Amino acid sequence: MIKTFFVGVLLGIAAAAGALYALPVVDQAREVSITTVAPNGGNVEVFRINIPTDRVMIGPPGQATPVPPGLEWPDIEVLAGMRTEMFKIRNAHDVVIGIAIRNAATNENQDVIDWVLHFPARGSVFVNMDAEPQEGGYRIGRFRAGSREFATLNGAMVERWVANTFNEEGASAGHIELMATYVSEPQPPATTEEPAQ
Amino acid sequence: MKYIVALALGLISGAVVFAAAIVYNPFSVDRVLSPLSVSESELIVLNYSAVPADNIIYTNNGESMQNPYPEKVLQLWEAPIRKTNAMATIMRDARNQPAGIGIKIASLSESTDLLRGEAIMDSIWYVYTPRHGSMFIQQTENYLPFVREVAFPAWRSSVNSWRGVWMGNITAGPGALGMAAVSGASGRVKGLELDGVESLSVRAFSVDTGFVSAEGRLLIELPAAADEIEEGLLP
Repeated sequence: MIKTFFVGVLLGIAAAAGALYALPVVDQAREVSITTVAPNGGNVEVFRINIPTDRVMIGPPGQATPVPPGLEWPDIEVLAGMRTEMFKIRNAHDVVIGIAIRNAATNENQDVIDWVLHFPARGSVFVNMDAEPQEGGYRIGRFRAGSREFATLNGAMVERWVANTFNEEGASAGHIELMATYVSEPQPPATTEEPAQ
Repeated sequence: MKYIVALALGLISGAVVFAAAIVYNPFSVDRVLSPLSVSESELIVLNYSAVPADNIIYTNNGESMQNPYPEKVLQLWEAPIRKTNAMATIMRDARNQPAGIGIKIASLSESTDLLRGEAIMDSIWYVYTPRHGSMFIQQTENYLPFVREVAFPAWRSSVNSWRGVWMGNITAGPGALGMAAVSGASGRVKGLELDGVESLSVRAFSVDTGFVSAEGRLLIELPAAADEIEEGLLP
């Protein structure tokens, strides 16, 4: 019976190791990326943030309605003139797929506007926006850095506010549209063949 | 019948032995010493509180160990963001003075491999300080040493809590020597690619509510060129 017990111990260790090897410990839920091919190269993906329903936090003090309720934004000098917001971010099918940060600040008379988009199953992208908006009210920014899926991508992003033209009761005021254009960095060839003469 | 019982007890014992070996894996190395601790370059030091109620906001799916703060903050319950938490906090400098704002978003990572001693979170920081500008920090964090030395002892404790002093680096990559990749976008760090390390100092932890007393620290190494550029701009 002792032998049977020790055989069981070995089988238990092997079964646990096998299960841990074969089954994923973490499996993030994924939504299919909805991209289109841009006419001048690259892929385009559009995200949206419904306002006010997707707003997790809005930074400056003195808001008529603090978001979230009960927020105590520190009234300190280093945060003066800063507007920091956090949102849930949706794909073109209006499904929440990530979290976004937008920060606007003035530093030594220079305006700084940054976006960070974080998609748990894909990675993150950091976009530094132009301080001045374009004619038409939209603003353009360039990818500054990215992680995982976005690590090897260059590109640009356009932000614009789209007001809701429907007058339905309970409808959102509008949405922020973020249109990202991805362009891959040239990768070195994987083969070791001689270059063409 | 007794052989079946012995086999079943053996299977359970084997699984328990394996779980203990994962937690107390003698081959996994704890990185207590930061690679930046021997750096001769100037370091940006940013401290923050890791206790949710000390932050501006902290949110997760509402069912995790740590409670969202404030209570009515929007929770991250949708499937693609359920395994993610986010916090906004005041970053303090080395003299414990407010330096700016930091936002951290961390997700459970599919690269977690407990067989290799890796309980991984993929996390990013967005930090803005008027002195340095805006920075994006991307890193993978390994929480297995924390689980082994703090969370597991707390779970075994009769009061479901742990008190003591635990300090360790949680950054495990993606850069060289297991450092985080830092990208500057404005101010003093504009255009710079830097290395960083995040560490935790935990003094009290509860299985029911998470961190009770804990401080985090970001160390970011400035290259010599950044200082020269800045000095060159000074009148």
